Amino acid sequence: MTPENLIWIAMLLPLVAIALIFIVGEKSPNIREACTIGIAVALFSVTTRLAGFVFSGGRPSFKMGEILPGFEIAFTVEPLGMLFALVASGLWILTTVYAIGYMRGHHEKNQTRFYACFASAIFAALAAAFAANLFTLFVAYELMTISTYPLVTHHGDEKAKKGGRIYLGILLSTSVAFFMLAIAWTWTVAGTLDFTPGGILAQPNIDGKISDFQLSVLLGLFAFGIGKAAIMPFHRWLPAAMVAPTPVSALLHAVAVVKVGVFSILKVSIYIFGIDLISETRLGEGPNPIMMSDWLCYLAGATILLASLVAMTKDNLKARLAYSTISQLAYITLGAALATTDSVIGGGMHIAMHAVGKITLFFCAGAIYVAAHKTDISDMRGLGRAMPLTMGAFLLATLSIIGLPPGGGAWSKWFLAMGTVQTGHFWLLAALMVSSLLNIAYLIPIPIRAFMTPVGETPMKFKEAPMMCVVPLCITAVGSVVLFFFGNEIYNVLLPIATSTR
Amino acid sequence: MIEQLPVLVIVIPLMAAPLFILIGNRKLVLLLTQLVCWTVFGIAVTLLSRMQDGPISYELGGWPSPYGIVYTVDYLSSFVMLFVSGLGAIVITYAPQSIKKEVHQSKHTLFYASYLLCMTGLLGMCITGDLFNVFVFLEISSLSSYALISLGKTRRAPLAALHYLIIGTVGATFFLIGIGLLYQMTGTLNMADIAARIQPIDHSRTLLVAFAFMTVGLFIKMAVFPLHTWLPNAYTYAPSVVTCFIAATATKVSVYAFIRLIYVIFTPQFAFERLPLDQALMAFSLVGIFVASAAAIYQTNIKRLLAYSSVAQIGYMLLGISMSNVGGLTAGITHMFNHALIKGGLFMVVGCFALRIGSVKLDDLRGAGKTMPLTSFAWVVGGLGLIGLPMTAGFVSKWLLLTSALSLGLWPVAVLMLLSSLLAVVYIWRVVEILYFSPPSHLAQSAKEAPMAMLIPTYVVIGSTIVFGCWTVYSAGIAHAAAQSLLGISQAGGVQ
Repeated sequence: MTPENLIWIAMLLPLVAIALIFIVGEKSPNIREACTIGIAVALFSVTTRLAGFVFSGGRPSFKMGEILPGFEIAFTVEPLGMLFALVASGLWILTTVYAIGYMRGHHEKNQTRFYACFASAIFAALAAAFAANLFTLFVAYELMTISTYPLVTHHGDEKAKKGGRIYLGILLSTSVAFFMLAIAWTWTVAGTLDFTPGGILAQPNIDGKISDFQLSVLLGLFAFGIGKAAIMPFHRWLPAAMVAPTPVSALLHAVAVVKVGVFSILKVSIYIFGIDLISETRLGEGPNPIMMSDWLCYLAGATILLASLVAMTKDNLKARLAYSTISQLAYITLGAALATTDSVIGGGMHIAMHAVGKITLFFCAGAIYVAAHKTDISDMRGLGRAMPLTMGAFLLATLSIIGLPPGGGAWSKWFLAMGTVQTGHFWLLAALMVSSLLNIAYLIPIPIRAFMTPVGETPMKFKEAPMMCVVPLCITAVGSVVLFFFGNEIYNVLLPIATSTR
Repeated sequence: MIEQLPVLVIVIPLMAAPLFILIGNRKLVLLLTQLVCWTVFGIAVTLLSRMQDGPISYELGGWPSPYGIVYTVDYLSSFVMLFVSGLGAIVITYAPQSIKKEVHQSKHTLFYASYLLCMTGLLGMCITGDLFNVFVFLEISSLSSYALISLGKTRRAPLAALHYLIIGTVGATFFLIGIGLLYQMTGTLNMADIAARIQPIDHSRTLLVAFAFMTVGLFIKMAVFPLHTWLPNAYTYAPSVVTCFIAATATKVSVYAFIRLIYVIFTPQFAFERLPLDQALMAFSLVGIFVASAAAIYQTNIKRLLAYSSVAQIGYMLLGISMSNVGGLTAGITHMFNHALIKGGLFMVVGCFALRIGSVKLDDLRGAGKTMPLTSFAWVVGGLGLIGLPMTAGFVSKWLLLTSALSLGLWPVAVLMLLSSLLAVVYIWRVVEILYFSPPSHLAQSAKEAPMAMLIPTYVVIGSTIVFGCWTVYSAGIAHAAAQSLLGISQAGGVQ
């Protein structure tokens, strides 16, 4: 099979899943879930085959057609998107297994709609990952917002309505007011929206059409317009989305949705501006002119610290994880804004590392909820004796999030730190270090207390969540450690995105 | 036969209307009306498909132009006729059950006759090349729409119709005064002929006054803010079917007449350079978009909500027209088409609610998402189109408008336009939340899903907003051709 065909097959599979889910429906949930898992496995095998081509240097592409003259829906696979697609499709399998355990253990309603929307979010994630131009990326981005709205508001109560309102309100308004404007502006200046190695705004024919200051403003429109990257002050949707059932928070708000955001920012930085353009364009006069993306670097740095601080104040486990996610996403934005080879590779790597780590933490939160009906961290003392597997996995994933070996996150944070040193942003290096300390402060106590605190009057019996929940979270926890040993491979795979010259 | 099509498109519905009153049998008349509408639609499609061979000019009664009346079919007129007749046909297919519920039985035949007359008037305004003829058809469509609106069930319907009649007549009279002045100056009523003759005298004050009268007259018919006051009541109290048809077509045809006025009779130079109409249009459009969208947010009646949204959407069309380049004009014309589909579709959804729930108050629609899932989902899809999300028709026109505003360097317009579309998110999503998240009202609880006979046409229209969001060869493509020919880019003897 040619890689070109693999692209459309990969994107067709989630659509087939949606159709099958609706056809089978509530009549036989077992067949419905079997279809989802079967297709998820098929999708993963397709993406791995595709990855074989892409990582060995191939750039397969596939055109769907033009919507308007000059604006086409087209797909080209490059390493960064491939890595994202691999992560999303691989974790889809595990999340589906987990969701079966969670949704049934919890007797949730409207499960057909749930699985269908899930599959359409995966479709949107793949479309974004493979997008060959900004227009396609934008379409996929908006599709993702809409298809996840029913998932966020799954419970259909007043709280879900409020959460959904913030979710949709922030994501739609930022994307329409800023992102769309930025795309149209790029189009007017460059006359193309195709992702080009080296950056379309760095091409010689752009000279003089846009000033350095305007470039900085355009970068701002992108950074704020891509609200899914949750740069402060447009981060409120992420905690609001936590009203969703936990499998949604796990796959979408640790992997697919948020990663589409930071992935888009990386794509814009690498293929629209070009990292050379970002790092070489200086604003201001004098001996030390500042980089045009400096303000974004510091904003990302501030988001990293502030979100970590807020996370410390949260007693609800999912809320704490949500703020931790905001902080970790800002690492990737920082990588894009620093615009050095190491920093963008670190950012790209962090997409994978953080995804595997954070999905484990969310899985654990859900498992604790299903088995022990606890949502607050203060209630989780001594829980390690009842749920040793879950809490053990939590500990492993925590290491990866903090960036301690043998967690995979150690590598990505290392390369990001290299980026700050290379560009002379020592304050940001300090921020990264402080943030790691904060991560330790708000994550490590959870498993420690769960294991070490003496149990109260009622001794806890061994009571894990259903197998369907526990097995996936153990796999992802082990995965976050395994990734540590593949740091070099991922670096080499991503190297082409940062070294393609204009 | 083929060469008689331009006149048949008018004559068939015009002759059918009085004939149907004579027939008088409700069921037969309904069937025949549907037949006539679909025939007219077929003719419109045929006319549009022949546009590659250049515009068609049809001389009525064989009188040569400029002495006789000429019908001209070009890209723009055939495109507008296409969606007017298309929506007319699909709405009348959807109509029977809704009419049965909302219009008294004794009035059904009259209803169908007025419907046909209204469509005749709108099509006539598109096709005619004679200025006085435009006025005649404008009045045919207006008078019949007053009659249609007054057929609404509540006693407020006749009042709303009267309000519309008074303001509408003022508008039509202004238009007529303008025609009179133009005739006085040029001695002709043929549009092309007038255009040729006003070039040497375009400094004359009479001409300015004529232009002003005609513009204001059309503004009233288009319901441009602040001349929109007739529209919310008329749309709200008219029978659902009438609202579907009029909301989708009537104001757009007036926009069409306005485009003709500026780009064919007078020139863009006259309107936008000698007169500052472009800035005025932009200002009115933007203010109107914001005010009307904000008003839509606070409505408690879903029909009135959509009515205010229509006032706002006219602003987007005028924005495009005021840019007076191919891009802007394409955007404006495309939005006429896309908005006709979106708003027609949304009003059809409302008609389904009105049929089953018996009310269009938002309070009574609470929780209808559970009992009428298909209808409610159609609202969501249509609403996304109105907001302008990618892959919907609304996105296409908004994108065209945005890029052409930026290419002209109109930054404030681009930014305001995008911000205003956020207001659409608010009023559409407010209804979505009411449908899906509120505890059901007692009316919604006992409601059944709308009948297939209404749902299928609704979904055809709503589905087409998705189709024309992904595939724009026959929407933006034709609009582009129309814009080019209006600006004389590919044709000889044009203005630029």
